[in-house]
Amino acid sequence: MIAYIVRRLILALLTTWAITVLSFIIIQLPPGDYVTSYIASMSASGVGVTEAEAQALRIQYGLDQPIYIQYLKWMGLIAQGNFGMAIEWGRPVLDVIGDRLTLTVVISVAAIVFTWALALPIGIYSAVKRYSIGDYIATFIGFIGLAIPGFMLALIVMYVGFKYFNANVGGLFSAEMADAPWSWAKFVDMLKHLPIVAIVLGIGGTAQMIRIMRSNLLDELRKPYVMTARARGLPETRVILKYPVRVALNPFISTLGYLFPYVVSGSIIVSMVLSLPTVGPLLLKALIAQDLFLAGTIVLMLGVMTVIGTFISDLLLMWVDPRIRLGKQ
Amino acid sequence: MKETTPINPESTMASSPTETLPEEFATSRAEEQIAIATQWQLMWWRFRKHKLAMAGSIILILFYIVALTVDFLAYANPYTSEAQRSLMRPQAIHWFDNGKLSPHVYGVTGARDPKTFKRVYVTDLETKISVRLFAKGFEYKWLGFIPCNIHLIGVEDTRAEETLFVLGTDVQGRDLWSRLMYGTQTSLFIGLASVVLSLILGVALGGISGYYGGIIDTIIQRIIEILRSIPTIPLWLGLAAALPGTWSVQQVYLAITLIISLLGWTELARVVRGRFLSLRQEDFVMAARLAGCGQMRIIFRHMVPSFMSHIIAAMTLALPAMIISETSLSFLGLGLRPPAISWGVLLQDAQNIQALAISPWLLIPSIPVIIAVLAFNFVGDGLRDAADPYG
Repeated sequence: MIAYIVRRLILALLTTWAITVLSFIIIQLPPGDYVTSYIASMSASGVGVTEAEAQALRIQYGLDQPIYIQYLKWMGLIAQGNFGMAIEWGRPVLDVIGDRLTLTVVISVAAIVFTWALALPIGIYSAVKRYSIGDYIATFIGFIGLAIPGFMLALIVMYVGFKYFNANVGGLFSAEMADAPWSWAKFVDMLKHLPIVAIVLGIGGTAQMIRIMRSNLLDELRKPYVMTARARGLPETRVILKYPVRVALNPFISTLGYLFPYVVSGSIIVSMVLSLPTVGPLLLKALIAQDLFLAGTIVLMLGVMTVIGTFISDLLLMWVDPRIRLGKQ
Repeated sequence: MKETTPINPESTMASSPTETLPEEFATSRAEEQIAIATQWQLMWWRFRKHKLAMAGSIILILFYIVALTVDFLAYANPYTSEAQRSLMRPQAIHWFDNGKLSPHVYGVTGARDPKTFKRVYVTDLETKISVRLFAKGFEYKWLGFIPCNIHLIGVEDTRAEETLFVLGTDVQGRDLWSRLMYGTQTSLFIGLASVVLSLILGVALGGISGYYGGIIDTIIQRIIEILRSIPTIPLWLGLAAALPGTWSVQQVYLAITLIISLLGWTELARVVRGRFLSLRQEDFVMAARLAGCGQMRIIFRHMVPSFMSHIIAAMTLALPAMIISETSLSFLGLGLRPPAISWGVLLQDAQNIQALAISPWLLIPSIPVIIAVLAFNFVGDGLRDAADPYG
């Protein structure tokens, strides 16, 4: 068990490291550097920057040094909680991101809860009542969910809401709540808006999960021990729920590790369409304006968040699967 | 999930004179047929049984025919814009005129509403403009070198750009049908190119990983695991945003293809590795090794052909993801940029919900995306089931 946790932890750390490198590459890729864009934004606001000042800035940020030193310096700053300035906003990056990251987590978790809550019973039903009408309907909805990208579904939902219900289904808060400080009322307001977001974001994953659950359970149901249980006279629900479902649950949970990055990815685009206050629209704006510290930080934070999510799913798997818990592979 | 349905080559039997033969002999003939059939024949028999996959294949063939004949199917130049016919709604083609078959559309006149400043279009029921097949239109070079000016449909006596709008027009007054045709071409070929690129990466890395095993395998597997646990869209966006704005359409096209394939090869590598691992132990590989074959020959002459079918299935299943990636990136404005036309670029117009409420036909380009993705998934499923005909 300890070995399993340690191995997973090492992998999580490696992934985090890879993400920091990738985020750094994203910051470095565009032509010019931080100072160039800083000068551009300063001269846009009418304040000139002399060549000497620019040079001083470059030395201060270590831009005159080799690339790996720059990377280490950047990492050092991050370790101190200094993520740099968001040029376009003229404020520290963390300030700009604010509680958008938390909201991204809330939305992603809601989508995953929705995915599981729907996929588990439908998957079980589809496998037990194979080739029934319900199974075909589930398969059909599954395929549709698979084929419609999240942003398209969001567009369609927005259109239908706007056209037929004359309501704006976008956003995570009502207009009067959007800028209000957190309160119980705002929380309730968010809960009201959450279901549509969770459905739009989760439907693609749900389709995959139903297919996974169905085929896993079908494989289990064919095994002799199920027949034995039946022959012994166990009631049917008990036969199915007590053993095969528990076994089939394993691959189902282990896919959470992949479901989480998938949902976070999707939330970026869906947030754009539904204008949700997550990091998605911020990231897009930052990338288009080449506000690189902001963009890099967001990519980094999303990545780290995903690593944490994956790690939690590993722990969950350990809890469900005694083979892992007891140290056998 | 494998279902062991016995193969039944009925239709191949139909032509042979089995009806006159005794029942037992007939079955043994059928078995014999199976025994001597090649692997690809067995796969075809299995694939044919998958109805959805067959339907999907037909749809995909149609899609690629469209992609090859866009200039013929489009009747208007996709770049000709005209403010005078901005956001016109789709026109219905009327097939009959006084009981006679004579396809025509009504003329449309546009004017600006003096109060709201919106353009309002009035159908002029008096003017009938007849639509004909194989009409002459703008000049193009078919497949890039055959000069031609025949189009599937067009109108007589005037330019099709000015009167025919089967799917309406966009904000800049460009014909949506013609643009959709060109978008289909771009999106389908970008998907294909990306999948080929990621296949090369996937086969190389998955092959090395599965063939050599040991420490190399562990390293490559960890890299794949790391790549798969990073949310891809922020990464794509980051990479795509770094493309210089001065790049030409072709350069961006190539770069986007590269970016999509760079992050999409992991699943293919996983499939290839799995196959290599299971084949490494097979007797025929051992035999080839004992016969003194070189490694390259063992891999490409003996191992690759036996899992070619699995690779094709995995490729087909990977394609929809590539198409959706391109569409999403372009939709966000970080993929292909106008003047390039793709499904994603077309859908950019549908971003604004108010615009969409007034002109819902801007959402039409999402239909081919959904159909293509579904078809690829069905065909991929069928291929995966058929890939192992002995199972």
